[in-house]
Amino acid sequence: MALLYCLVYDMRESHIMKIHYGTALAAVGLVAVHILMRMADGYHQSLEFANVLANYQFVPYAGLLEIILILLSIHGFNGLRVILLELHQGHSYEKAVSYGCIAGMIGLIAYGSRTIVMANMGMI
Amino acid sequence: MNNTIKLRVKRSATDDFDEFTIPVQKWTTVLECILHAKHQFDHSIAVRYSCRQATCGSCGMKINGKPSLACFTKVSEIDSDTITVEPMSNFPIIRDLAVKFDRLFENHRKVMPYMDNTPPESSRMHIQSPAELDKFIQFANCIKCGLCNSACPTMATDTSFTGPQALAQAYRYVADSRDKDKDKRLRIIDDSHGIWRCHFAGSCSQVCPKGVDPAMGIQLLRGYMLGLSD
Ligand code: SF4
Ligand code: FES
Repeated sequence: MALLYCLVYDMRESHIMKIHYGTALAAVGLVAVHILMRMADGYHQSLEFANVLANYQFVPYAGLLEIILILLSIHGFNGLRVILLELHQGHSYEKAVSYGCIAGMIGLIAYGSRTIVMANMGMI
Repeated sequence: MNNTIKLRVKRSATDDFDEFTIPVQKWTTVLECILHAKHQFDHSIAVRYSCRQATCGSCGMKINGKPSLACFTKVSEIDSDTITVEPMSNFPIIRDLAVKFDRLFENHRKVMPYMDNTPPESSRMHIQSPAELDKFIQFANCIKCGLCNSACPTMATDTSFTGPQALAQAYRYVADSRDKDKDKRLRIIDDSHGIWRCHFAGSCSQVCPKGVDPAMGIQLLRGYMLGLSD
């Protein structure tokens, strides 16, 4: 809770935006690697169930997907926060938007990580 | 060019336009047309003006949809025989063409538009090179007319946004080599409705009648915040 409070109230907007730009740049690079790896397999074949599963079971690739998930969740939910802050203003509303976006981000990362881990461990 | 034009004035009481036929010359300004309508046809038209020479920043309004100074816009430079004048967007309307400047002045004050220019101990004055002056001098031309704030799309949705006028003034002082309050000023605009909410639409710079480029000032300020300038 204290960490959440620090994130919402102590971080300067410039720090948040540096993270926003940084995650965008890193995600573009890693998504490019991800797409190139799909291309190497032949695009259509690479989307077959068995191939997708095999990718998850290859630890470095699963790690790459996990990092992309984290980067895009941070970038996406901060983008959503910015849009919502511009749509409407007010102290309680802004507090709700900030906490809501952090909760959404954590939720999405947790759910995505669970899928990656389960696929990696052969539970799917 | 015809020697009359049709002037359409937005009236706040009816939320509709009143139309007047106004005789014009090549040099007639839109402000003179409005004052003609006010003196000859309807003295209740509310319009604010003072210097009539693009210096006081009082007569901002939308002229055929574009935020402009009425005293600085000649009828002959508008490619139409119909001129529509409306109050500036993103400002509360007092009456007709007169709008409230409270938010603009409040944001302007917030960025500390003044200098702590205590001279260095070694000398009784500040030495500033032409290159140092060049960094901010165009921003010192701002007359606080509010046209940039009226054109800004973020101002339209974010009622707490600092706005291009105040951000350009923050840059004017941050970039001044004599000033000592740079960090304080950067801290003030570094909030959730400050400098980062500019999406670089650039409409502020398009409409400025004094050649100030607020969009550029905002990007240069971001350079300071990202540690790319000092
Ligand atoms: S920057 Fe230009 S448009 Fe904006 S208030 Fe100053 S003079 Fe007017
Ligand atoms: S009357 Fe002063 S700027 Fe137009």
